[in-house]
Amino acid sequence: MNFFSILSLALGAILIENFVLVQFLGICPFLGVSKKPSTAFGMGMAVIFVMTLSSAVTYLVNDLLLVPFGLEYMQTVAFILIIAGLVQFVEMFMKKYMPPLYRALGIYLPLITTNCAVLGVTLINTELATFLEAVIYGCCAGIGFTLAILLFSVVRERVEMCGVPKAFEGIPAALISAGMLALAFMGFSGLSIG
Amino acid sequence: MKTFLAYLKKGIIDENPVFVQVLGMCATLAVTTSVMNGLGMGLATTAVLICSNVVISLIRKLIPDKIRIAAYIVVIAGFVTVVDLLLKAYAESLSASLGIFIPLIVVNCIILARAEAFASKNSVGASALDGIGMGLGFTAALVIMSAVRELLGNGTLFDLRILPEGFNVPALILPAGGFFTLGCLIAAVNAIKSKKSAKKDEKKNG
Repeated sequence: MNFFSILSLALGAILIENFVLVQFLGICPFLGVSKKPSTAFGMGMAVIFVMTLSSAVTYLVNDLLLVPFGLEYMQTVAFILIIAGLVQFVEMFMKKYMPPLYRALGIYLPLITTNCAVLGVTLINTELATFLEAVIYGCCAGIGFTLAILLFSVVRERVEMCGVPKAFEGIPAALISAGMLALAFMGFSGLSIG
Repeated sequence: MKTFLAYLKKGIIDENPVFVQVLGMCATLAVTTSVMNGLGMGLATTAVLICSNVVISLIRKLIPDKIRIAAYIVVIAGFVTVVDLLLKAYAESLSASLGIFIPLIVVNCIILARAEAFASKNSVGASALDGIGMGLGFTAALVIMSAVRELLGNGTLFDLRILPEGFNVPALILPAGGFFTLGCLIAAVNAIKSKKSAKKDEKKNG
C-alpha cells in the first residue's frame, strides 16, 4: 500500500467514479437538500462523517463476524442496521458533547440512514482488500458527494433566478442541470494514476 | 375488482412514484440503460413492496411507535435479501447487470414511504393492493424511461435492433443521459397535467 495506490483510490472515489454523478448513489438528498449552498455543505459534512465511520465499522463486522461464520448473505440486513444504529448514536453523542456541531448537522443526520450512498459504500467496501483502504474509500466517497452537491446547489441557485419553461420548473430543470454536471464529470473518466 | 382498478390507477397514473412523487431516483436513473434491466428492477422492487406492505400491515399494532422506522427497515431488508438470493439463483445475468442496486432496494424511498404512509395505517388487503399499484407504477415508469434510453441511445429494444446502426445518441446511455431523460419525461408529465387542468377549468367556466 503505497502513496500512489492511495491517491488513485481517492481520486477514483472523488472524481472518476463520483458517487452521485457517475454511480447514481445518493440522488435523493442530492435533489432534496441542494436548494442552498449552506445546507448542501452541512449535508455533505454529515455524509462524510457517517460514511467514514460506517465504512470502518461495517468492514470490521464483515471481516470478523460475517465472513468467518459464512453469513455473507446477511450483509444487507446487518449493514443497514449498523448504519441506522450508528446514525442514532452519532446524533445522541453530538447532542451531548458537541452542541454547536449538532446544531449545524443535526437535522441532516436522520436523513442519512436512507441515503443509498452510505449503504452503497459499505457494500462496495466488502470487495476492498484492507481496512485502511475501506476507510479511505468511505471518506473520499463522502468528499465526492459533498463536491457534487455543493457544485449542484450553486448551479441550482442560478437556474432558479432565470426563466425556464413552465413545464420544466422545479425538479425537471434541476435534473437537466444535474445532467450537464454529469457531462462535465465525464471529462475525468480519462484520468488515471499508474 | 373496482377497488383493485382504483389502486392500480392511483399507483400508475395519479400518484406515480417516479413521475409524480419523485421517489426512488437512484434506481430509476442507474438501471434504466436497457428495458430488460428496467423491467427486472421494477418487478424486484414490486415484489419487495408487496411483501413488506403486507407484513408491516400485519404487525402494525405490535410495533412501538418510537422504533417503527427501524422495524420497517428490518422487514424490508429481510425481503430484499430473499429477492437478492432468488435472483442470484434463477436469473444470474440480470442479477449481475443490476449489481449493487438489488441490495440497495432496502433504501429505496418508495418502499419506506409506502410503509410509513399507507401500510402502517391500513388493513392487510388494502396494503397488498397499494403495494401492487405502486410497484406497477414504479415498474411502468422504469420501463418507459429505459425504453426511451435504450431506443435512442443504443438503437435497440430488448436487445433487438430497431434503429439502423449509427442513428443513435450514445450519450443517453451514459449517466448524464439518465438525468436528461428523466428531466424531459417529468416535464412532459407536468405539461400534460397542466393542459388537463386548464381544460377542466374551461369546462367549468364555459
